[in-house]
Amino acid sequence: MTASNIQLDERGRLKHFLSIEGLPQELLLEILSTAEGFAPVGRRPVKKVPLLRGKTIVNLFFEPSTRTRTTFELAAKRLSADVLTLNIGDSATRKGESLLDTLRNLEAMHCDMLVIRHDCSGAAHFIASHVCSEARVINAGDGRHAHPTQAMVDMFTIRRTKGDFGVLRVAIVGDIAHSRVARSDIHALKSLGAREVRVIGPRTLIPPEIETLGVRVDHDLKSGLRDVDVVIMLRLQNERMQGALLPSAREFFELYGLTEERLAVAEPGAIVLHPGPINRGVEIDSQVANGPRSVILEQVSYGIAVRMAVMSIAMSSAAKPESH
Amino acid sequence: MNLDSDEIGSLLERMAEGLTEALAGRGRVDPVVVGIHTGGVWIAERLRERLGLPAPLGSLSIAFYRDDFSRIGMHPSVKPSNLPFDIDGRHVILVDDILYTGRTVRAALNEIFDYGRPASVTLAVLVDRSQRDLPIRADVVGITLALAPGEHIKLNGPDPLRLITHKAA
Amino acid sequence: MELLIANGHVIDPAKGFDEVTDLYISAGKIAGIGNAPKGFKPERIIDASHRVVSPGFVDLSARLGGGGDEHGATIVSETLAAARAGITTLCCPPDTTPVLDIPAVAELIHRRAQQAGLAKVHCLGALTQGLGGEQLAEMYALKAIGCVGVSNAGRAVYNTEVMRRALEYAGTCGLAVVLQPEDHWLGRQGHMHEGGVSTRLGVPGIPETAETVALSRDLLLVEQTGVRTHFARLSTAKAVELLAQAQAQGLPVSADVTIHHLHLTHEAVGDFDSMCHVRPPFRTQADRKALRGAVARGVIAAICSDHHPHDVDAKTAPFDATEPGVSALELLLPLILELVRGRVFDLSTAIAAITCRAAQVLGIPAGILAIGASADVCVFDPEREWTLTENTLLSAGKNSPFLGRELVGRVTHTLLDGRVVFEEEADVPASR
Repeated sequence: MTASNIQLDERGRLKHFLSIEGLPQELLLEILSTAEGFAPVGRRPVKKVPLLRGKTIVNLFFEPSTRTRTTFELAAKRLSADVLTLNIGDSATRKGESLLDTLRNLEAMHCDMLVIRHDCSGAAHFIASHVCSEARVINAGDGRHAHPTQAMVDMFTIRRTKGDFGVLRVAIVGDIAHSRVARSDIHALKSLGAREVRVIGPRTLIPPEIETLGVRVDHDLKSGLRDVDVVIMLRLQNERMQGALLPSAREFFELYGLTEERLAVAEPGAIVLHPGPINRGVEIDSQVANGPRSVILEQVSYGIAVRMAVMSIAMSSAAKPESH
Repeated sequence: MNLDSDEIGSLLERMAEGLTEALAGRGRVDPVVVGIHTGGVWIAERLRERLGLPAPLGSLSIAFYRDDFSRIGMHPSVKPSNLPFDIDGRHVILVDDILYTGRTVRAALNEIFDYGRPASVTLAVLVDRSQRDLPIRADVVGITLALAPGEHIKLNGPDPLRLITHKAA
Repeated sequence: MELLIANGHVIDPAKGFDEVTDLYISAGKIAGIGNAPKGFKPERIIDASHRVVSPGFVDLSARLGGGGDEHGATIVSETLAAARAGITTLCCPPDTTPVLDIPAVAELIHRRAQQAGLAKVHCLGALTQGLGGEQLAEMYALKAIGCVGVSNAGRAVYNTEVMRRALEYAGTCGLAVVLQPEDHWLGRQGHMHEGGVSTRLGVPGIPETAETVALSRDLLLVEQTGVRTHFARLSTAKAVELLAQAQAQGLPVSADVTIHHLHLTHEAVGDFDSMCHVRPPFRTQADRKALRGAVARGVIAAICSDHHPHDVDAKTAPFDATEPGVSALELLLPLILELVRGRVFDLSTAIAAITCRAAQVLGIPAGILAIGASADVCVFDPEREWTLTENTLLSAGKNSPFLGRELVGRVTHTLLDGRVVFEEEADVPASR
């Protein structure tokens, strides 16, 4: 009943990029180094390389998102691919049957790659297990399960500013329970050999048995941030205040909001990441967000290059030697 | 046919002279040197030194401009391309180690043009194998070699440089 | 018609009978065991050498499809699957469409089942109207039409006053109460056991307490009202502990577990396998061990299939968006035998859990091979190897996590009131 790893083809090359879990470390490193190659493209006069010219990439977004959607669109366009974005937001098309039907319709149009964002955990796996063998699936976020491209952006940012993962202590702060970014970041950091990974948050927002993923749990921000080199702040959704998980945003900020004063216990030179968009005064105060330790804007600028790397590596495994 | 670093040194000397002549003859002043990874960069930096050019060395990876992506997928990444100067209106000396089918140079030209519009491109190669698939011609050649069928030639480096011919497996 | 089942390993746990002998059937009833009744002349002899002969199985929970529409599961297709599986009596829970809270719905089900003539179907009526947990259902009318009990069908009754009064009213009507303990709020958004696997997969979880809080509450109400209550589909070790305590105290309570919960744990969900999406969810290995022990000790009296046939679409979606439930009728016997071979409990206990002890829960006259009782009999080959595929599954629901698996143990003949309602093709070779 456990599926074999559908992310890799029989030669171990990346086929579908669904979750960091199950991918070998070498592949993660390949994504990072390929992204280095793409990083300068956005600063050239011609912001394109012809690598995926003629390929059709479809962005299937069942959950609204301006930032992630535009990043994927730009990444595909800078690879010279043809891009189609479908925003399927309304509830009528939320049911499973439509997901499969939508998929079949897209396949009839011979799409090479699907980028999917959906509010059900496992949606990307579902699409990947029903898609035809030539197509490639990239997970742009499925429920609470995974957001692997964001994790790679975070890893790229960390490596560029802090270097080798092996000496780093990393803290992830906030609503871990509902965060696909947190889960993917944890898998990526562990795979790349981070010295220590901690999750910090109130008991109501830490999922059960998360220690089994190899992390240390802290409920106190100050003790959790001690000696830390990298702080990843997570976004707090408004719904959490309605679900008996938290009394108010104010109280969350009191306990877990990142301020200069609280950062003082971290390593000097510690950097601050956030997947965005930021809630100022809830997770993080403006002084930190705008300050020298914040690499939040760098994350945004690396977002396109990292996604270009993921898309080209995945598409690469669809290569077919010509028969002579 | 193998060449050691002294012999390559003589070829480089000849290439530098040839380039000086070719550029002067066509009024191509203040050129920049761009090498194609990996061997072309080793040759390019030595030529730049011999020519005494002030502009920094440029390097191209061409990984994203190859014509064989659909057939064999992506090559594992070499270092990224780096052109630390404005290409518009510059005279470019494009350098590669081995000129064979011409596809690498085609890709390099496409990549250069995505950085801007050069005034001219002068192609200099260490070895010309004279077995072109495309209408590409080098302006300056170190040595022309006809290889036997099944033979390949490779530049080892970065120091010392050696040219090794071998039979493919 | 006079029929002889010859030379089978007859097991009737109700009487502790376990011997290789002959079984005599006449006019739809058991006429003799071991000794032929006077003047018995069989019109047909079934050779049961190397087979087990047991009472026809009694399944305390099996759904028969959506309101009798033509596509997908129907009473005909599912009772056919039941017959194939050796199940001669089954209970249909009240979460039908429409809900079984008025006699007309029960009457329709009884009629259709009778017409099909493949298995005896008993209905459980709703405890509250529409299973909404607010108004009592007309339990007396439901009893009059033949319902053998009333149930909440797994829908939480969060109003404790309503639950108390519903128990008292059912007691007044003399109806058995079947409660699947489920808290209304804990794990409401959940789709699988809350633990390390749900954390890794990011699937909202259903904590243990969703079952144990409701069970504790209901046990105290049983203590207060004294009404006999059967707790359905237990899934946690803690629930077993609470139930055992209550039984030791002398409370009139019993329980069942599904056959799948004796086999699978939350790890089976793997990479979002929707075939393992069930309610209550599969839990941990420790829970499974406790459930197995409870059956072996008798704390849990019965094993049921909790059959839930779904069409392909219902399971073809991301995990959270799929319908919970497994197609289970035809897995009941082979999966029980697997536990017997694994020495979790002996064959007699296993058969009792799906015959006499199950029947006792609802006070149904079934699951025994007594002289004069209905000749509802199952003959099975305990060594027969077969593979579960969409073709070998007779149910319209192919939603089983065991698809593709090799199984051991298969029914060869099923008799209902002395009539053969299922038998294998004649040229199927015997295992020995």
